[in-house]
Amino acid sequence: MSDIVKTLHYDVDPKDFDSVGEASGKTKNVLRQLGFPPEVLRRVAIAMYEGEINMVIHANGGTADVEISPKQIKITLKDNGPGIPDIEKAMQKGYSTASEEARSLGFGAGMGLFNMDTYADELNITTKIGVGTTVEMIIRT
Amino acid sequence: MQQYFHSVTLDSDKCKGCINCIKHCPTEAIRVRQSKAHIIKERCIDCGECIRICPHNAKKAVTDSLSDIEKYKYKVAIPAPTLYGQFETVDDINVVLNALKAIGFDAVFEVARAAEIVTLATKDLILQNRISFPIISTACPAVVRLIRVRFPGLIDNLLPLLSPMEVAAKIMRKTSIEKTGLKPEEIGIFFISPCAAKMTDSKEPLGTSKSEVDGVIAIKDIYIPLTKAINKLDKDNLESLASAGRHGVGWALNGGEASALTDDEYISVNGINNVISVLEELDENKFRNIKFAELGACTGGCVGGPLTVENGFVADTRIKSLMRKLSKYTMESNMPDIRLEDVLWTSKPEYFSIMKLDDDMEKAMQKMQQMDEIFERLPQLDCGSCGSPSCKALAEDIVRGKGNEMDCVFNLRKRVQSLAKEMINLDENMINFKYEE
Ligand SMILES: Nc1ncnc2c1ncn2[C@@H]1O[C@H](COP(=O)(O)OP(=O)(O)O)[C@@H](O)[C@H]1O
Ligand code: SF4
Ligand code: SF4
Ligand SMILES: [Mg+2]
Repeated sequence: MSDIVKTLHYDVDPKDFDSVGEASGKTKNVLRQLGFPPEVLRRVAIAMYEGEINMVIHANGGTADVEISPKQIKITLKDNGPGIPDIEKAMQKGYSTASEEARSLGFGAGMGLFNMDTYADELNITTKIGVGTTVEMIIRT
Repeated sequence: MQQYFHSVTLDSDKCKGCINCIKHCPTEAIRVRQSKAHIIKERCIDCGECIRICPHNAKKAVTDSLSDIEKYKYKVAIPAPTLYGQFETVDDINVVLNALKAIGFDAVFEVARAAEIVTLATKDLILQNRISFPIISTACPAVVRLIRVRFPGLIDNLLPLLSPMEVAAKIMRKTSIEKTGLKPEEIGIFFISPCAAKMTDSKEPLGTSKSEVDGVIAIKDIYIPLTKAINKLDKDNLESLASAGRHGVGWALNGGEASALTDDEYISVNGINNVISVLEELDENKFRNIKFAELGACTGGCVGGPLTVENGFVADTRIKSLMRKLSKYTMESNMPDIRLEDVLWTSKPEYFSIMKLDDDMEKAMQKMQQMDEIFERLPQLDCGSCGSPSCKALAEDIVRGKGNEMDCVFNLRKRVQSLAKEMINLDENMINFKYEE
């Protein structure tokens, strides 16, 4: 039955600052049209936005893929950035290596990964120094 | 299902089907089919954008007329503060209030005064920790309706208080009964309105089961009789009817509600498209330090309402100069007899999804698949000639059974070309046939 899966793909461009949040915003609209409840929309939007921002401020952009089925939404964010040396530390509330510039733009509160962990039912991070990071989140409905 | 009342409607005779309006509707509620505009009623939030944009005056707001007050024994006017900025010669609010009595009302109460009561009630809610941040103002009914259909995640952030219009009506129902001894239904309370959304709000209120407002008269419909009355008034013998201070009158302007409430940590945003982008961001938790969001559908605040007469920016200046003559400190004094509990919402607006493709999610997914396929076949120019606001919207209309791929002029042209080609082929075949003969 529920083998229908709707997929979305976005390139997250680090240079176009105006478009930050576009992937999560568009995803939210698609979910809205499919009739997902408000609470799911909100969790997806927040978790995905944080991941999207991280790719922009820490990893020079990347790609966002979303697989939607009635039971769950799977978000995969993939970048070829510097990688995360200590995931446990990075997950901590308030921990941030964001540059002065990113901070001056209002980013770098160190709450991103913490929020992603809170709002997603599953969060898997695979990372390799100098190669990149893949963040996978599953949000069940 | 619930009945949908909305105030903005089409005058079919005037509509030329020019499609000017379809792209300006913030909820994509308008379609042009068979050369006439139609409003999808569930989607319309009565923002009035289409009234402003239509070059043929084909969009209008259904409101009451001044003669409707004759149905009641005791007639009460509750004017929006926006009204004060409409007249070039007025430099005293009492002039406008006395003129309202001169054209037939028995009593007048300023909605601006009720606005001050709402501000005080909001402060109470904050002090008592009964509300979570960021608070979203509920003064603009178009914005509340937009949130209800598009931003369900923000319903809990709505300020759960009656609008100043409703509070004013409630006060006047009570005091008029006490004063006249008449039955509640013999008293007619009329809001003098800058917008269509308030009409809808009086017919189908959100947050309360029944509105105390009996009628809504557009500022533009009362402007001429009121101007005449103002000119005739004996300005030296005015009855003192004004009671609102500077804060309450300021609600007519962008930022008025927020600045009456707090000095910082607020945003005030006006114009429906700006409001939508801020709501998107609020919904995604992006403003972390904002405590109060004042959001108004009309540019410049209520003074920019679609049913006003004066240019909104001119009215803004006039109201500011009237405000300078009023006290900042009268808000708490001479409070009408009304408690916080009387102005609280008794029910919460329910989410009504206007976007979802189907109630059954599996079907919605199939429809989205079809929609994407149809969209790929459309020229993606968003020209609007089909009568839908964009190619995406046409694709959506088609899967909802409300449109056809041949509504697209480019598809139609292709089709005609291929038919023409077929005819030529056919014709050539016939010529060959003749030769063979
Ligand atoms: N995609 C990524 N690539 C490299 N480093 C990352 C990435 N995402 C997060 N990090 C690291 O984890 C830290 C914590 O991330 P986060 O909780 O989102 O806080 P913030 O983005 O505010 O710094 C970041 O400061 C950064 O060092
Ligand atoms: S703007 Fe809309 S309502 Fe006005 S004439 Fe054109 S199609 Fe009709
Ligand atoms: S009033 Fe606003 S929401 Fe309603 S049809 Fe006109 S533009 Fe659209
Ligand atoms: Mg982050």
